[in-house]
Amino acid sequence: MAKLRDNYETSLWARFLRWMKSGSKGLERSMIRALEEEAEPSQHSEAEQLALEKAREEREMQDHERERAIQERLHLWSKTRGARLMTFAYRLAAVVICLAVIFVLLSSVSMLPEFGRSDNPANNEVAARYIEKGIEETGAVNIVGGMILNYRAFDTLGESHVLFVAACAVMMLLRLRLDKDGRPTREKLDAEADDRKYEPHNDVILQKVSSLIVPCLLLFGIYVVFNGHLSAGGGFSGGAIMGAALILYVNAHGLTRAGRQPLFGFKVFKYITFGALAFYSLAKGYSFFMGANHLDSHIPLGTPGNILSAELILPLNIAVGAVVAWTMYSFYVLFRKGDF
Amino acid sequence: MEFFWQNLPFFCILLCIASASFTLIMSRRAAQATCLTVISAVIAMSVLLIARVSAFGGSYTFSMGHFPAPWGNEIRVGLLEAVMALGLSLIMLFSLLGGLDRIGEHVFADKHNLYFITFELLLAALLAQVYTNDLFTAYVFVEIMTLTACVLIVARSKGRTLVAATRYMIMNLMGSGLFLLGLCFLYDLTGHLLMGNIHEKVAQVASDAAYGRVLTVTVALMSLGLAIKSALFPFHTWLPDAYGYSTPTSSAALSSLVSKGYIFLLIKLFYRVIGMDVINQIRINDVLFVFGLVGTIMGSLSAIREKDIRRMVSFSSVAQIGYIYMGIGMGSEAGMVAAVFHIFVHGAAKSMLFLSTSGLVQVSGESKHFRDLRGSGFRNPLAGVAFTVGSFSMVGIPFLGGFISKVYFAKAAMMLNPTRTVIVLLVLAASTLLNTVYFLKTVITLYRNDSADAPKHRAAPVFALSMLCMVAANLALGVFSQPIIEAIRAGLRMFA
Repeated sequence: MAKLRDNYETSLWARFLRWMKSGSKGLERSMIRALEEEAEPSQHSEAEQLALEKAREEREMQDHERERAIQERLHLWSKTRGARLMTFAYRLAAVVICLAVIFVLLSSVSMLPEFGRSDNPANNEVAARYIEKGIEETGAVNIVGGMILNYRAFDTLGESHVLFVAACAVMMLLRLRLDKDGRPTREKLDAEADDRKYEPHNDVILQKVSSLIVPCLLLFGIYVVFNGHLSAGGGFSGGAIMGAALILYVNAHGLTRAGRQPLFGFKVFKYITFGALAFYSLAKGYSFFMGANHLDSHIPLGTPGNILSAELILPLNIAVGAVVAWTMYSFYVLFRKGDF
Repeated sequence: MEFFWQNLPFFCILLCIASASFTLIMSRRAAQATCLTVISAVIAMSVLLIARVSAFGGSYTFSMGHFPAPWGNEIRVGLLEAVMALGLSLIMLFSLLGGLDRIGEHVFADKHNLYFITFELLLAALLAQVYTNDLFTAYVFVEIMTLTACVLIVARSKGRTLVAATRYMIMNLMGSGLFLLGLCFLYDLTGHLLMGNIHEKVAQVASDAAYGRVLTVTVALMSLGLAIKSALFPFHTWLPDAYGYSTPTSSAALSSLVSKGYIFLLIKLFYRVIGMDVINQIRINDVLFVFGLVGTIMGSLSAIREKDIRRMVSFSSVAQIGYIYMGIGMGSEAGMVAAVFHIFVHGAAKSMLFLSTSGLVQVSGESKHFRDLRGSGFRNPLAGVAFTVGSFSMVGIPFLGGFISKVYFAKAAMMLNPTRTVIVLLVLAASTLLNTVYFLKTVITLYRNDSADAPKHRAAPVFALSMLCMVAANLALGVFSQPIIEAIRAGLRMFA
């Protein structure tokens, strides 16, 4: 209420009353007085400022105290009987709910159509066409490859962008930054100093063995990717093999030495991801557009079984493989050191 | 020309996906410009599409690739989808513009590109989810939305956002898992992933005594997954931290876009995949109805207790999502129309509230506490006005969107059985009262006159533009509601 009375002088009603009583003169006088008051030297306001600041600090102190009191009470409370009972009830409820969910799920799985029966709903015209006409229509001997990269390519386009957005999320979260002048921040220097502990100490056996294995692994990964439309495999599995090879090399030879190699820098990661995904979305966009409008896409189907066949499946597998490999590698480096 | 306009939804999706990888190698300014251009292009194309679809008066399907629907992927375009796409992309553009200067402060300069990539992929995922006619495609883009939302939360790396993101990921991955489990069950029962084909088979399965219970579990799993992801009341614990501490654009996008995408998917699931008659038969909508009602009240009660303005606005989201689920749970067409309209109303108002809150916080020494916000409506007049308009819309003052949606909820309630009518009307009245308490309390705090003569903060031009557009959008939803409601009704009819 005190607040209200303080402000009463300047309120609309008070001004209206003053105007009623003394005409416009009174209002003018009060305005002049207000102006004069404001024009007073700022000594007063500075002191006020200080007082305000002090009050604010006090409030913060009070908050702090209150918070500590709450925490203390919480600590004491957690030792009381009621709290222990609550924790127990909470855990009991969690277990009971979990058991109930497990029971419901298991019983519904047991009620589903029996696995592997020929008259199951899932064995319908959709699967039949994939199996019977898959090779003829997509040119891919590997039916799974034909299905994910031709019949249902839109899903796979989304799936490869899931990887991309995951890489973006990890970079957003873990990549240490340079400050405004482009110098490394303290965090980054600390991380680098920390990272020396993980660097291998010229372990000759590991290095020699990895020099033997890594080229084979890379070659095998490339083989799996390039044969995606001919045999089991494809971009996702081949890419994972190549990513593992990159990580092994870095583990054996250390990031500092590997960083000088052409495959391991951040720029390479950036441009490979860009190239692969841009090619994927543009090529597949072209093919979607042509297909949806019933136009001929002029991409040759080739003879099934040849390495150059099956429309876009081979280049798309390569793009997916590259994205998977470098995404895996970037995850490893970012989780270890925060930059590369 | 026929040939061209059929392709518009496909162009929208492809443009967003393709621009994301190009944004990775651009400079910071170019990335920003690209992102804004892409969203504007999507808006323009959606407007064109609405004009064409309403002239054409029906829906059509568009196959993604050479192979027709059950074998290949397919998208489906109707009036409701086009209106939804326009609404979501408009809100996205305004939220991005409104928070642009704050993004510069909160996100490290060398991570801006990642932030804009995230927005492009988020729009792609939203559009794909709105248009898709295939449940598995929907799931793939649900995954993209889950991860983009995580990036939006952690973009501002302050301690609390990391905790929020961890909570968010745990809850949302559980939601995704439940949805995927339900999807597997559904595929096992029907053998299809295409929405229309599942719908045909579900009618058979529902009448079969052996599979009736499994179908109930399936629908329950999928609804529960989407309810967790859109923060329906008992599953909302991840929400206040995630919305309350991230950069304002992220909060706006999370509350008005991400959760709305999941709700739209749920509506699609009920209408197009399972069918409302089966849903009414297995009574899953009654469960959602109850949770919606409780959420409406509990969200408001939590909001009243908050002393932090951002968290208060976040808790108000819980209440508003309760309204939407209440409308869906009524199980009638009128209820669904009200729910879909409320998606737009809440989207427009809540994103504006988050952005204007950031403007008010900016002039109050970066404090979100009510006692420091006193008089901030005078220090940043534009943000104050925007906050007031948003609050009034949420409370349900006439001439604003919230009023119309409350009227339609009440109208829909009148058509239920008498007990429910009474319950809905009572809850509506109680929650309106609670909304009034916490929103008007805040508005009054903003205009406490102890600093009426404080120096006025000059708002950034993009912020001013976005606030003005959003105020206009809220007024438009309130004043020109009839054509929008008609479009939603026609779109829902095209759904079935």
